[in-house]
Amino acid sequence: MAQNNLGIKAEAKDLNFYYANGTQALKNVSLPVHENKITALIGPSGCGKSTFLRCFNRMHDLYPGNRYEGQILLYPDNTNVLSKGVDPIEVRMRISMVFQKPNPFPKSIYENVAYGLRVRGEKSKVKIDEKVEEALKGASLWNEVKTRLNDLAFNLSGGQQQRLCIARALATDPEIMLFDEPTSALDPIATVNIEELMSTLKNKLSILVVTHNMQQAARISDYTAYMYLGEMIEFDATDKIFTNPSKKETEDYITGKFG
Amino acid sequence: MEKINQENLNAQSTSSKTLEEVRSMIKAHKRNDLIFASVGFVVITLILLTLLTLFIDLVIDGYPKITYDFFTSFPSRRAANAGIFSAWVGSSLVLLITFLSAVPLGVASGIYLEEYAPKNWFSDLIEVNVSNLAGVPSIIYGLLALGLFVYGLKLGHTIVTAGLTLGLLMLPIVIVSTREAIRSIPIAIREAAYAVGATKWQVVLHHVVQYSFGGILTGVIIGMARAIGETAPVITIGALTFIAFLPPPPISLSYPFISFEWLQSSFTVLPIQMFNWLSRPDHAFHINAAATGAVIIVLTLIMNGTAIWLRYKIRKNIKW
Ligand SMILES: Nc1ncnc2c1ncn2[C@@H]1O[C@H](COP(=O)(O)OP(=O)(O)O)[C@@H](O)[C@H]1O
Ligand SMILES: [Mg+2]
Repeated sequence: MAQNNLGIKAEAKDLNFYYANGTQALKNVSLPVHENKITALIGPSGCGKSTFLRCFNRMHDLYPGNRYEGQILLYPDNTNVLSKGVDPIEVRMRISMVFQKPNPFPKSIYENVAYGLRVRGEKSKVKIDEKVEEALKGASLWNEVKTRLNDLAFNLSGGQQQRLCIARALATDPEIMLFDEPTSALDPIATVNIEELMSTLKNKLSILVVTHNMQQAARISDYTAYMYLGEMIEFDATDKIFTNPSKKETEDYITGKFG
Repeated sequence: MEKINQENLNAQSTSSKTLEEVRSMIKAHKRNDLIFASVGFVVITLILLTLLTLFIDLVIDGYPKITYDFFTSFPSRRAANAGIFSAWVGSSLVLLITFLSAVPLGVASGIYLEEYAPKNWFSDLIEVNVSNLAGVPSIIYGLLALGLFVYGLKLGHTIVTAGLTLGLLMLPIVIVSTREAIRSIPIAIREAAYAVGATKWQVVLHHVVQYSFGGILTGVIIGMARAIGETAPVITIGALTFIAFLPPPPISLSYPFISFEWLQSSFTVLPIQMFNWLSRPDHAFHINAAATGAVIIVLTLIMNGTAIWLRYKIRKNIKW
């Protein structure tokens, strides 16, 4: 893929965000999302990590009265995701999302993964079959479910459900995948599975992940951003952030003196 | 509630309580549970017994009448020959119109109000009004229908008028149950659908309608069960009490095969037939009335039972 910005897939520039009730949840936030890398967002609860993540796929548009200021540019085409002229549906077709709690549809395993394709008007059964298998393999779930694709998704364990949600987000070949604390509702083994999966996924796409767990950020991410009270305090390579942060606040947070 | 919280707080703040004291406190709380459960049980049993007595009374009185002939005979001046043929056919046709008018309109309104209507004072106003409509006495609907359908639209004292009137009565029930069913769908599921790029219409079609189907169906059946027993509005719009013929059949063997004349037919329905027999001085007719009452109650029970069963069946696959 042609790159004009030195391996940067997307970039938030001076982003302000206001909820309908007037709360300003993001203040002049800027952040690059590197291509085929994992970027982690850390910070204390309520600092605006989810709010920021949900700007990338215009999730806030679902609720009236929310307002964005600034830009999120998507490369290589320089599309401003937040522009009024850009349809949020189009954005969500390029940038997919995995939520905190596994949220499969009350449909079959197969239908869950196929849904994104159906929404795009894909009718060919052969093609959908192919994509579903590919996505389930990509989410390392295929071997566990290949014999029961028509079972209800709810019959899977929590960790499997979350991987199913990843497969659902993967089936449509997104350019970026957003994860909002994807393992906080899972047991340690399922967590390890998801973390390994994310490290594999970054070969195909760029990942932005919110995590409340600093060890997780240190384990899986290439870049880490520390947010506090709606502001981006520090962004750097993960090694640097965890060994030698430039800001005092970041250091206090990662050493557990605060938060 | 307040008091319990208070006690909880006390229990926490005085964690120096001895084990004895904690035990006696737990015992006291459990006693309250028991008292409430017992009172509740007695009350519910009394209510159920009352209903059961009424029902059994009807069945005992009407039992000798409930035969095949009773369902296939027209009303007659001789009580022994009289049946509910025209009444149950009338009820069925009226309910068909009720169903066809109230369900599409009610479900569509519910979906619109929940998914599309902007949330402002106007939608609040509509919300309050719809909820209130569900509680308006049915005779008011009868009067409205008399003015609107019978005199206004000149539909006459016909099956279509009765069907639309009961449809009007059922509409708020359908709207309210549709909205409740839609509201019980978790936000996370909607967001999941939007997040893969679904449009609003796709979310409604593929998710909202499908997951709320059980709840809507339950509301529809309960509404129909209510409509089948409604008497006042049907009398108001001029149902006849003595009908010894059936409406013209909707399908015939000769051209044009399908006919809508039955819509214009005069009619009677089960509760009115019952009411008519009950107002006769001759005791023999009272037996017919009891039998009709038993039929209505059984129909209602079947419908409500179906609603519960369907809700169970459909909810089984949906866990949230
Ligand atoms: N729907 C909302 N309306 C108003 N304020 C909100 C809403 N959602 C979140 N907030 C506020 O925005 C801030 C950031 O929240 P959030 O992004 O959820 O934090 P995080 O994900 O870092 O825990 C918090 O102060 C929160 O109270
Ligand atoms: Mg959050």
